[in-house]
Amino acid sequence: MPSILMPALSPTMEEGKLAKWLKNVGDMVKSGDVIAEIETDKATMEVEAVDEGPLSAILVPEGTENVKVNTPIAVIGEADAAPAPKAEAPRAERVEGPPEPAQEKKVAAPAVVATQSAPSPEVPEGTEMVSMTVREAIRSAMSEEMRRDPDVFLMGEEVGQYQGAYKISQGMLDEFGPKRVIDTPITEHGFTGLAVGAAFAGLKPIVEFMTFNFAMQAIDQIINSAAKTLYMSGGQMGCPIVFRGANGAAARVAAQHSQDYAAWYGAIPGLKVVMPYTAADAKGLMKAAIRDPNPVVFLENEILYGKSFEVPKLDDWIVPIGKARVARVGRHVTIVSFGIGMTYATAAADKLAAEGIEAELIDLRTIRPLDIPTVIESVKKTNRCVVVEEGYPQFSVTSELAAQIMTHAFDYLDAPVARVAGKDVPMPYAANLEKLALPNADEVVAAAKAVLYV
Amino acid sequence: MAVKSAYITRKLGKGEKGEKPNLTNSGFSTEEELHAYREMLLIRRFEEKAGQLYGMGFIGGFCHLYIGQEAVVVGMQMAQKEGDQVITSYRDHGHMLACGMDPKGVMAELTGRRGGLSKGKGGSMHMFSREKQFFGGHGIVGAQVPLGAGLAFANKYRGNDHVSVAYFGDGAANQGQVYETFNMASIWKLPCIFIIENNRYAMGTSASRSTANPEQLGARGAAFGIPFEQVDGMDVRAVKEAGERAVEHCRAGEGPYILEMMTYRYRGHSMSDPAKYRSKEEVQKMREEHDPIEQVKARILNGKLANEDELKKIDADIRTVVTEAAEFAQNDPEPDASELYTDIYVNA
Repeated sequence: MPSILMPALSPTMEEGKLAKWLKNVGDMVKSGDVIAEIETDKATMEVEAVDEGPLSAILVPEGTENVKVNTPIAVIGEADAAPAPKAEAPRAERVEGPPEPAQEKKVAAPAVVATQSAPSPEVPEGTEMVSMTVREAIRSAMSEEMRRDPDVFLMGEEVGQYQGAYKISQGMLDEFGPKRVIDTPITEHGFTGLAVGAAFAGLKPIVEFMTFNFAMQAIDQIINSAAKTLYMSGGQMGCPIVFRGANGAAARVAAQHSQDYAAWYGAIPGLKVVMPYTAADAKGLMKAAIRDPNPVVFLENEILYGKSFEVPKLDDWIVPIGKARVARVGRHVTIVSFGIGMTYATAAADKLAAEGIEAELIDLRTIRPLDIPTVIESVKKTNRCVVVEEGYPQFSVTSELAAQIMTHAFDYLDAPVARVAGKDVPMPYAANLEKLALPNADEVVAAAKAVLYV
Repeated sequence: MAVKSAYITRKLGKGEKGEKPNLTNSGFSTEEELHAYREMLLIRRFEEKAGQLYGMGFIGGFCHLYIGQEAVVVGMQMAQKEGDQVITSYRDHGHMLACGMDPKGVMAELTGRRGGLSKGKGGSMHMFSREKQFFGGHGIVGAQVPLGAGLAFANKYRGNDHVSVAYFGDGAANQGQVYETFNMASIWKLPCIFIIENNRYAMGTSASRSTANPEQLGARGAAFGIPFEQVDGMDVRAVKEAGERAVEHCRAGEGPYILEMMTYRYRGHSMSDPAKYRSKEEVQKMREEHDPIEQVKARILNGKLANEDELKKIDADIRTVVTEAAEFAQNDPEPDASELYTDIYVNA
């Protein structure tokens, strides 16, 4: 008899909370009946029955958190019939877990790899750290800035009544009202231009793109209007605005919804481009971006939204734009990445550590202005460098890094800079092909070994 | 007069378009007639001088002259009040002068000199004045329309009673973002006046070849519930009168308003346009029968609001202003090389 499995309710959902059962054991269930409510990190969704028959068993009680997708949650039909094993749907298991401190059992060499650099900027001693998802970090940064400055407002598709397509703005409409949390029609070109005009008039808009793929419709306003007008006006017309939203590949959404724009916007003078990895950086950089008098493109990642990190509990946690973070100190090879690329870089550094190779890990955090001095300083120490990103390889952030390292540290390099990037193909849909199209930790490990000639 | 009706479908009647204008009934006070005459003449003489300097090689790149369309911006300016914002396309010199920007600064920007309003970094198509609430000067056709609605959004957000006036041409009226903007302006009741300067040609393509229902571009606002009027844009009085209705509608919180100004540019699209797409006779007929400046001049003289000598004095004063602007623009130094890397970012 059919068992009901925990459904995946979004492309990136891996687990959820079984919030409520709406049927009891023994109830007759018809196809289409709502039998349960499931809470994901994005929304509360109803689960409808597909099969018919008596609800013979509830396997996961209501209120259970972190129920993995595809876990059997109930059985419809005769209880004595064992659920038939189902072929597991292919899932792209490309998401590395959140960075774990190097585990001792893995570490063959002295535990230098666990050495974390000082957080940047410095956190006062004794500051309480709280665990926070990237999603919560971005939300709290926006809310804090909106409390602080009445000229700041949020606009975009579904940011208000729907509570955010990715729940970033959840609860903000309640706190700030429809004047400052503004649902737009689906007109990226138009509402981006409108927000830029409001910024010319001195307001400080935060424009949410549901994803940056849709911002392609608006890229003229971002580049020609927001980025260039200060220069074209001889310094008169500032544009204090933040363009933010999910960027890069999510999971199984194929070519039109999976593209990394770091290099696109990173090429434009007049824009600042930020792409954080951790929740602490997401929060501190978002606050810095909102206060910045220039247009800032703030590139988020759907897969990172639900990841938790330690965030300093401070009234005003600001991370300066344009400063890279040495995420891990090492002496054998420098690995530079940013955004979700840091998941591959971090996992690779752990694997290398297990083999006694100490990688120094640099998280760029900002794409423009690029913190080249921090990278060069590290390369001068390690003499070897691997650069990692999820975007396309040609004309990319990593190609710029490679060129800059060649220019500024040529005499220090013991091997050519190695690049690991997404493959030079539109993102495929099939799970196996998608996995092949994206970089992974093993590619980073291989590149590190290549520059180390081991 | 508060406008409460959902639509004002006012289309030019027979006597208002194509036939010779009425030159007897002024509708303007003497002061207004003379003001309109002076303002329009300044734009005319300035643009003629710009054309000359372009021919001499002092002005580079693109240069789009406003000659023939002067009544539109001058009439609208007379309907606005200080603090109302203006934004337009690349055919923008007339708007700057009408907003009160210094002719020297405008001309020096055309010649790419350090005394230009954008320090020589913007050129003909990109000039701004925060002081005069002039927000450009935009080179991408139609892009200024959502920007203008954004200025209106800021007025509404701040709860002031200013309106924003966003100008665009019949060519831009086919850009998708214009309709995205109409939609948002209407649902959010933004105090924005959309001025379609219909000069009949999108570069070299006549409205009849490029535009569905070319007789009434403003009527497209009806789909969004935005009131619209078609106005004789060669008659500064008609422009001001319609402008006042639009301003009142916006200030009253009734949302946006569309004015389609039927106008005509005498010169080519830009300096490099030989204008082969229309006949010389067509241009000549507009100049002879509908010239906005000649209309005012005739009314002034017919109504004895001023005599020939007084008008000549105005002409001479304007020539002096324009000559001084041109001299400044030719002699002012180019920007210092160090300016290459300034004004890219505001220091945080």
